[in-house]
Amino acid sequence: MEPLLKARNLVKRYGRVTALDQCDFDLMPGEILAVIGDNGAGKSTLIKALSGAVIPDAGTMWLDGAPIEFSSPNDARAKGIETVYQTLAMSPALSIADNMFMGRELRRPGFMGNWLRKLDHKAMEDFARKKLSDLGLMTIQNINQPVETLSGGQRQGVAVARAAAFGSRVIILDEPTAALGVKESRRVLELILDVRSRGIPIILISHNMPHVFEVADRIHIHRLGRRLCVVDPKDYTMSDAVAFMTGAKEPPADVLAA
Amino acid sequence: MSNAENFEDVVKSRRDEKVAEFDLIEKNVFHRLHSLLHRTPALVPLIVLVVACVVFGLINANFWRISTLSLIFQQIGIVGILGIAQSLVVLTAGIDLSVGAMAVLTSVIMGQFTFRYGLPAEVAIAIGLAAGTMMGAINGVLVARMRIPPFIVTLGTWQVFLATNYIYSANETIRSQDIEANAPALQFWGTAFNFAGARVTLAVVLLIVLVAIMAYVLRHTAWGRHVYAVGDDPEAAELAGVPRKRVLIQAYALAGFFCGIAGWVMIGRFGSVSPSASTGILGNIQAITAVVIGGISLLGGRGTIVGMFLGALIVGVFEMGLRMAGADAQWTYLLIGVLIIAAVAIDQWIRKVSS
Ligand SMILES: Nc1ncnc2c1ncn2[C@@H]1O[C@H](COP(=O)(O)OP(=O)(O)OP(=O)(O)O)[C@@H](O)[C@H]1O
Ligand SMILES: [Mg+2]
Repeated sequence: MEPLLKARNLVKRYGRVTALDQCDFDLMPGEILAVIGDNGAGKSTLIKALSGAVIPDAGTMWLDGAPIEFSSPNDARAKGIETVYQTLAMSPALSIADNMFMGRELRRPGFMGNWLRKLDHKAMEDFARKKLSDLGLMTIQNINQPVETLSGGQRQGVAVARAAAFGSRVIILDEPTAALGVKESRRVLELILDVRSRGIPIILISHNMPHVFEVADRIHIHRLGRRLCVVDPKDYTMSDAVAFMTGAKEPPADVLAA
Repeated sequence: MSNAENFEDVVKSRRDEKVAEFDLIEKNVFHRLHSLLHRTPALVPLIVLVVACVVFGLINANFWRISTLSLIFQQIGIVGILGIAQSLVVLTAGIDLSVGAMAVLTSVIMGQFTFRYGLPAEVAIAIGLAAGTMMGAINGVLVARMRIPPFIVTLGTWQVFLATNYIYSANETIRSQDIEANAPALQFWGTAFNFAGARVTLAVVLLIVLVAIMAYVLRHTAWGRHVYAVGDDPEAAELAGVPRKRVLIQAYALAGFFCGIAGWVMIGRFGSVSPSASTGILGNIQAITAVVIGGISLLGGRGTIVGMFLGALIVGVFEMGLRMAGADAQWTYLLIGVLIIAAVAIDQWIRKVSS
């Protein structure tokens, strides 16, 4: 089977720091791929390259076998790749609805929308409300509440809801449960499984090994800016995975990346 | 006896209850006020404006005459339009020190293109507006693409535009009579009409219409939301798919366009085209004052054009009211100074949320 999203030899340097060092990447259709690695291993940089937020210095990427080059997150979004960034990428002073539709606002039909460019606030609010209640996040009272008045977990929930609502080809989640409580984390994991059942593959970055081993079909282990190996969670234990990613143990030759 | 004691006890405990309740109410009121201001920061200048109008009206009954009010509106016409320009830039978390210089230079361009090159006034006006837009775009490109801080960029272009204005015009004033005779279109916004017994100029109508248009654009169009997002958190905006640099350049360019309109309005207001008009030097400070008093945050992303408009009105009302009360003009500056600091203090408080 051909990977849906593929990258070879990605390089990204920040001054002296090499965040991505000849990194390879493969995402198979319909799978949940977990990406794990130490702090600073380059996981966020990798997914930023895949989502257009970082332009790699070198390397090639393919979507569905066709080479792709993104110059902004919008390019990736136009191809159906949605991302929840580690920083969440939300404007604190703007409302939940504003944030969910940032960069893809809905306009009113007819003259008001076409000629006066008037936004359809109501349609956007209704949509946002629906997506949040789907995610069980309707502890949020008011969809017009500024995002800064939400708790960290609620904010993360809104970001996840945004990605899940708009992602049509690939959904990338960079530590989506980091600020969430037990119950909310469960919801997000359920959402991830739900998205996969719709046939959309997911890239999940997480430091939470039980979560990773619970939902992942394959685990991409990232170390020192590159893919060290890809393992099947059924064949290895959590402590094996942690040992590989910290360098305490060498992965066996058959899973090592070329 | 025991009854009375009981009664006292009841009173005591009641009082405690009341105190606790009052505390709760007070906290609630405080919280309510906070979230209200958080949603509509323009309420603060509105309250100040109403109070000022009432007080000045009590001091001098003539204050409430429609002719006085129309005079206030005329006096804030230019500052108000420069304030719209400034608001756009400040909402993106920038600042534009060159607004006054752009206005004067465009008014000079409109005048000189008519009188030196003999172009029809309408064409000269269009060229002036285009030049204003260009100047604004230069600011925007330097801020967005060269990543130079807005304060520095516009501190530089302020001097450059102002010097260009003097050099190009040879510091020559175009007289009012000449404009009236040969190019009345330049003075268009000075045209007066009668409204409820008071003389009102078209410039006042223009200001109100422009405020309404920009309030709509910022609230009800995607571009307006993007301006707020870019000022709020530029990185987040970019990751969320807002073309940050393009929005910045557009905001500065549009600000330049509004300065061009202000330049045109200046000709109507003063009659003549004067390269040494005080707007070139003071326009930026006046516009920033209106913006700050109007509750727009200098840190970007918060506030409204309507707030700025109220801020400009407050300045006009203070000037007029104190003059009518026979106070030294310095009192105006003193009070405006206090208002500026109070406005920023309130902005800081509004920002302290979710705690
Ligand atoms: N914008 C940047 N400028 C400079 N250095 C950066 C930048 N972004 C990332 N880096 C560096 O690149 C390296 C990889 O960072 P990255 O954020 O990709 O790690 P990570 O695997 O996501 O870590 P974490 O688990 O802590 O999120 C780090 O050394 C980091 O300091
Ligand atoms: Mg990271």
